[in-house]
Amino acid sequence: MSSTVTPPADAPAAAAPSGKTGRVCPEDLQKAQTGGSLFDLHDLQVHFPIQQGFFKSMVATQKKYVHALDGIDLQIARGEILALVGESGCGKTTLGRTLLRLEKSTGGTALYKGLPLNKFSEKALREYRKKAQIIFQDPYNAINPKQTIFDIVAEPLLVNQVVHSEKEKEARVIKALEESGLRPARDYLFRYPHELSGGQRQRVCIAGAVVLGPDLIVADEPVASLDVSIRNDILKLMVAQKETLGVTYIFITHDLSLAWVISDRIAVMYLGKIVEIGETEEVVKNPRHPYTKALISVIPVPDPTKKRERIILKGETPNPIDLPTGCRFHPRCPECMDICKEQTPTDIHLGGNHYAACLRLP
Amino acid sequence: MSAATAKAKKGAPAAKPAAEKKAARIEHPGLLDVRDLKAYFRLSAGWVKAVDGISFTLEPGESLGLAGESGCGKTTAATALIKLLPENGRIVSGEVLFDGINLAKRTEFGMSKIRWKEISMIFQGAMNALNPVKEVGDQIIEPIRLHDNIGEKAALARAKELFELVGINPKRIGEYPHQMSGGMRQRAMIAMALACNPRLVIGDEPTTALDVMVQAQILELIEKLREELDLSFILISHDLSVMAETCDKGVIMYAGRVVESGSVEQIFNNAEHPYTRRLIKSFPNIHEKREMVSSIPGDPPNLLYPPPGCNFSPRCERCFEPCTSVEPQLTEIEPGHFVSCHLFGVPDQATQDAASADVAATDAHLAAALEAEAQ
Ligand SMILES: Nc1ncnc2c1ncn2[C@@H]1O[C@H](COP(=O)(O)OP(=O)(O)OP(=O)(O)O)[C@@H](O)[C@H]1O
Ligand SMILES: Nc1ncnc2c1ncn2[C@@H]1O[C@H](COP(=O)(O)OP(=O)(O)O)[C@@H](O)[C@H]1O
Ligand code: SF4
Ligand code: SF4
Ligand SMILES: [Mg+2]
Ligand SMILES: [Mg+2]
Repeated sequence: MSSTVTPPADAPAAAAPSGKTGRVCPEDLQKAQTGGSLFDLHDLQVHFPIQQGFFKSMVATQKKYVHALDGIDLQIARGEILALVGESGCGKTTLGRTLLRLEKSTGGTALYKGLPLNKFSEKALREYRKKAQIIFQDPYNAINPKQTIFDIVAEPLLVNQVVHSEKEKEARVIKALEESGLRPARDYLFRYPHELSGGQRQRVCIAGAVVLGPDLIVADEPVASLDVSIRNDILKLMVAQKETLGVTYIFITHDLSLAWVISDRIAVMYLGKIVEIGETEEVVKNPRHPYTKALISVIPVPDPTKKRERIILKGETPNPIDLPTGCRFHPRCPECMDICKEQTPTDIHLGGNHYAACLRLP
Repeated sequence: MSAATAKAKKGAPAAKPAAEKKAARIEHPGLLDVRDLKAYFRLSAGWVKAVDGISFTLEPGESLGLAGESGCGKTTAATALIKLLPENGRIVSGEVLFDGINLAKRTEFGMSKIRWKEISMIFQGAMNALNPVKEVGDQIIEPIRLHDNIGEKAALARAKELFELVGINPKRIGEYPHQMSGGMRQRAMIAMALACNPRLVIGDEPTTALDVMVQAQILELIEKLREELDLSFILISHDLSVMAETCDKGVIMYAGRVVESGSVEQIFNNAEHPYTRRLIKSFPNIHEKREMVSSIPGDPPNLLYPPPGCNFSPRCERCFEPCTSVEPQLTEIEPGHFVSCHLFGVPDQATQDAASADVAATDAHLAAALEAEAQ
């Protein structure tokens, strides 16, 4: 989807890596573009082959695939919070992992600052790992219970060999903790995870993610396991870090109302594709894709006097192995027309940064 | 199973017009009347006061939401109602009047006549705790056979009826848990809770782990069942929005106590307790102005050593003189609307003395119990 923050004309063609083999080496990363979008994804695909039993694979005429991502067009700006929303299994995590190069795309292109992610050399990848971090849903499992907070946050510095003295290490750990709202940091340095609350533990994870000064943090349901009273602080922290550190956040959530609070843009995914994307206010107040309309209609609101019509879809997301023909949403779409079963919708520009892929749209 | 057969079995009359129903309700003493219930857990360090004096009532056919932050005692309260507390938990005092019978005093034998048949529960996280190597259908049939004392064939037929009722194709009765999606498994758990035609079902976070769309489907199903089977429902949730949307009444808990209760309109449009107000404000509302939601500074207290006076006082911005020493009492501030906060009147000396004497007696009793067990 060419929903652009920078117009497509500026979008770099796959930049020419310097190495002879066409591989991206660490020097390329250092020289990489300072303007333009952080990521440019074009028709990105991640298909996982299905493991079949021996006999089945012998007789099968065609290998089957899970179409986890199936044609993602997306540009991600520097320093924005982009929310990825959609039902479980729609590909949110896979997209996040692909941006981190934890997953390799099987088709299309994914450019980071103009450099093709799939062509990164081992060394370049190591460099890239400092720039792209992830935070998980469960702060309980994400950190080692036997390490002190200091050691947990210092670990990425050691693994990546970026500090040269104890003093520097301590200074950076303290800075990261304070940036993550654990103030004064000295009070926390020598505590263990079990001596912290759930919210504080998630802050430790965030500190571990920001300590290397990343461009990108993929936050995969970062507040799903936290209580409301705590989760809002974490959301505020993400906004603050975007503003002060210029970090780009990919905020993965199935809760649209959280995306509504903090994200700059929302991308709604269904079966491996972005079906609607736009500025947050626009998507929530003026959803145009039938799937987005349904998702928004079922968000519970803390006000019993607001009774509104809910569009409750039947069934659940089908598995992405045998995709429906035409519009992949048609079997569940309340507004489905006959042509939807045959024709594949393309992205329609709805003004501003707002795009949706539905045959009903002008 | 049709609604009519379900009711016939209990000998209840067929569906009445709404007005008549309402009139009948007033004569009834209420289905459930929980009075100052306390349920504690024993640890080597002392007693965890997980539920420390909660009160609320439930009329037949009503749905009640029980909400509050993690650890405030929702699950403990629910398991205390049906006397399924874990090994180290016990009801310390208070009453649970179900149809006028005090369950708190009932023996295990007495409870076995009520549990599942009159009151059943969908346990928190149970949909993820199904036995992975056993067919889901079998896991549903088991309790039916146990409680209804019927043959295998009849039980199977009943299980199929139940699957149909909760919207699962009865053909899937032979599937294993991993073959079903989360939403499907939760439907199966609901079927299990309905197996013996209870009048009251307690759902402990039945939609928490589910996607919004599946959550909406499950809530819609519960609503439908409530109507068809004339069920009363207690919905436990940490998500106030879910309660606002699906319940008639709400009970807000904080650190083992009820801080506010009333109709959902009273709770959401006219909240009075400082904690309730902050809690509501921490939920985003997409129908209002887009703004950062607020949080509640500080943490809930450790229930092994709750603070004296009002439990919320260490975090309350309106805390004043008696709050850190005198415990507030649940007071009716308008019909049906209860608040436990000194801003609505400090209990008089006699009430205070009675309350402290009560607490002292309980503490002494518990200390003695601990000592006895240590020997
Ligand atoms: N078996 C137990 N032994 C000791 N303490 C317990 C036990 N079970 C629960 N508790 C404590 O009792 C308190 C209330 O727990 P409970 O499970 O009722 O909370 P809850 O409101 O259901 O929370 P959640 O929303 O996380 O499910 C907590 O402080 C908890 O740590
Ligand atoms: N490593 C993998 N191998 C096979 N299938 C996978 C793998 N990772 C994800 N999938 C499948 O890809 C789809 C998208 O998954 P995911 O990105 O985790 O979705 P979400 O995060 O939106 O829930 C799902 O059908 C999932 O089962
Ligand atoms: S293209 Fe057709 S089926 Fe797809 S979302 Fe639009 S109306 Fe629905
Ligand atoms: S009793 Fe006092 S501390 Fe407790 S909620 Fe009321 S004002 Fe706040
Ligand atoms: Mg995921
Ligand atoms: Mg619980």
